[in-house]
Amino acid sequence: MVDVPLGPAGAVPPADVEDMSLYHPHSWVTKYVFSQDAKVIAVQYSITALSVGLIALVLSWLMRLQLGFPGVFSFIDANAYYQFITMHGMMMVVYVLTALFLGGFGNYLIPLMIGARDMVFPYANMLSFWFYLLAVLVLVASFFAPGGPTGAGWTLYPPQAITSGTPGGQDWGIILMLVSLMIFIIGFTMGGLNYVVTVLQARTRGMTLMRMPLTVWGIFTASFMALLAFPALFVGCVMMLFDRTLGTSFFVPAIVEMGQPLERSGGSPLLFQHLFWFFGHPEVYIVALPAFGIVSDIISTHARRNIFGYRMMVWALLAIGALSFVVWAHHMYVSGMNPYFGFFFATTTLIIAIPTAIKVYNWILTLWRGNIHLTVPMLFALAFIVTFVNGGLTGLFLGNVVVDVPLSDTMFVVAHFHMVMGVAPILVIFGAIYHWYPKVTGRMLNDALGKLHFWVTFLGAYLIFFPMHYLGLMGMPRRYYDSSDIAFVPSSAHTLNAFITIVALTVGAVQLVFVFNLLWSLRHGRKADGNPWRATTLEWQTPETPPPHGNWGKEQPVVYRWAYDYSVPGAARDFIPQNEPPVARPSLETVS
Amino acid sequence: MAVALALVLIALGSVLFHLLSPWWWTPIASNWKYIDDTIIVTFWITGVVFVAVVLFVAYCIYRFRHQPGRQAHYEPENTRLEVVLTSVTGLGVIAMLTPGLFVWNHFITVPEDATNIEIVGQQWQWSYRLPGPDGKLGSSDTRNVTPDNPLGINKDDPASQDDVVVEGAELRLPVGKPVKALLRSIDVLHDFYVPEFRAKMDLVPGQVSYFWLTPTRTGTFEILCAELCGVGHPQMRGTVMVQTEADYQAWLDGQSHRSFARLTAPGN
Repeated sequence: MVDVPLGPAGAVPPADVEDMSLYHPHSWVTKYVFSQDAKVIAVQYSITALSVGLIALVLSWLMRLQLGFPGVFSFIDANAYYQFITMHGMMMVVYVLTALFLGGFGNYLIPLMIGARDMVFPYANMLSFWFYLLAVLVLVASFFAPGGPTGAGWTLYPPQAITSGTPGGQDWGIILMLVSLMIFIIGFTMGGLNYVVTVLQARTRGMTLMRMPLTVWGIFTASFMALLAFPALFVGCVMMLFDRTLGTSFFVPAIVEMGQPLERSGGSPLLFQHLFWFFGHPEVYIVALPAFGIVSDIISTHARRNIFGYRMMVWALLAIGALSFVVWAHHMYVSGMNPYFGFFFATTTLIIAIPTAIKVYNWILTLWRGNIHLTVPMLFALAFIVTFVNGGLTGLFLGNVVVDVPLSDTMFVVAHFHMVMGVAPILVIFGAIYHWYPKVTGRMLNDALGKLHFWVTFLGAYLIFFPMHYLGLMGMPRRYYDSSDIAFVPSSAHTLNAFITIVALTVGAVQLVFVFNLLWSLRHGRKADGNPWRATTLEWQTPETPPPHGNWGKEQPVVYRWAYDYSVPGAARDFIPQNEPPVARPSLETVS
Repeated sequence: MAVALALVLIALGSVLFHLLSPWWWTPIASNWKYIDDTIIVTFWITGVVFVAVVLFVAYCIYRFRHQPGRQAHYEPENTRLEVVLTSVTGLGVIAMLTPGLFVWNHFITVPEDATNIEIVGQQWQWSYRLPGPDGKLGSSDTRNVTPDNPLGINKDDPASQDDVVVEGAELRLPVGKPVKALLRSIDVLHDFYVPEFRAKMDLVPGQVSYFWLTPTRTGTFEILCAELCGVGHPQMRGTVMVQTEADYQAWLDGQSHRSFARLTAPGN
């Protein structure tokens, strides 16, 4: 124990250094590598996730080459094909979309948008990123492990995932996949607790819940859901890891493997499917809700109009979040589960369409009587509406139990989920990067390159996935290494597959233009002022751009209004920032 | 402006594609036309919504694009409009869900007179078991699997003895007779999928799943595995031959050499 002398007033005297200088990082390493600043962590998360996205993009090229031109590329054998689709799927869903929306946008935007200085647990926040990076490294390591990565499909259904008929099933592939997921979930839990507690506890004065921008609502709800959903995947991973390495029988009943009976009995393959989809369906909305929130703010800002029906939008988000926990078995209509579950899960699934439709109506009613600036972020937001509505509507086919029966496990499903949780959220990510890049870097992204990127990506993605539904309707199964010898598939369908592949390669290539734009504009982009889109939300009102550690300088902002005061009649400008005090009325300070 | 035009083209192009597409479902060969009808209802409702939303967005972009002097309308909420839109959506959902649930009830209610057959999956082939003259299938268990009893049929069950075991050949079904397919896997998940039948269901090791159908026309159809079952998944094919009742009976009567008792007889 150190004796601290009491000062003259009978209290401990102030320290010799200022509080803030203890708080700020002092070395390059603590500033940029082991940083506890949410904004730096956000950039770390985003760069890592985008890099994984590029790997997943290359994997999608390889699988499309096989589907479009079967047998032409001899290095893509059946083993490799299944490894590519598995890694592409898992990378995109978990390591790209979840990480980018929550770890990337969540970290950057939550503290800034609610007027906080940082996340409430900066150290755990830092650990969250390093766990995520470790999970990515373990996952990528499986490419170099004996036997290669797992080829079990991203759903990892046992017993197939851990038996010898599947690539990586009896090698390292499946083990590394499960371990990587577990590390990811541990890392996410530290981040997710941060996002939720920060929103609940660290909002600045005046920022009531119902004044929060919808971006924060979306990320907050998704984080809350992820904290409830990921544990189901975690236990599933632990149990499968035990089945694979210790010989337990959680998911493996008495089976014969390649002619040899296994010493297993009593396990249930369906148990894993329930655990997986109890995570897997909320996961769809964990990706979608942040996209919903972000796109609401982009549309409102660039249409210079308040978001239509804000309160309804918040309640719809919460309703979707809650309902998404009672729809999981709609992925299992033909799984052999008790068929009476079908009535319940079809009903809950179609009910979700109602709050979702409300969101779509409110986006398009925000455009109605707006003042629409067709900026690059706005173009991506409009494209999101089209692809999301398309993908959402095909969900009504697959959710309606009996309609799902002929369509499940066909290319219709592949087309549906790519449109609704691949293309649509990624368009939002692009829009959001064009929107917030000036705040992160202080420079604008190049407009012409952005428009090129937009047109090729949007039209290309639609050309890839819209016709694909009809291949599935015809009965072409998904996860087929080679469909060319199926009797009922006409040669025109193979031509269509080749066309889809060519478009996919083009859309993939234009993403390199986007990457170039990100790097080039860092140095050469037009300098941005603090609020280039003339937006109301707090992140645009920081004293400095890019905002330094601590965000707000000496004083945190005080919030006087909701986030959507655009084109208020009688106002001098067509936007009123949230921290602008009302005129002709006493400010909050003098009242309290 | 280009984007408004692009959206109009997407809406109309999608409808044209739908109408002109050469890629459509295979001609149906079972009683599950109800499923096709429900899909058509769903196509209509969702198609109208899609075209309406996309055209509305295109109109808004054209009509309310930024021009000097334009100011957006400030209107945070409009309860009446929101209630109307929510109600209309609710009606649309009911219009799709109600027929869907009725057909599902039909789908899972097996008629009393359906004949049980067994479909067994293993990496990567299909096998079948048909009831012999006694009209019943004997019990089975994966633990009974041996080289001379690859389907794991119970040797001690009297009902097993006359069961017809079909391995490495096509499945035959009589037209017009309801069939309950009992699905069993001895290794990993599989899925019995004949696009012309519309029905499909997973085969799950450790349990017996089922679906039923009535074949409605004779012909030969391809069986696909529709649940990823390892690296040989796309090669897991089979053939189902739907025959007239008379042809089927004639074939079945000649299959006593495939009876389970004969297959497992000593010296075979």
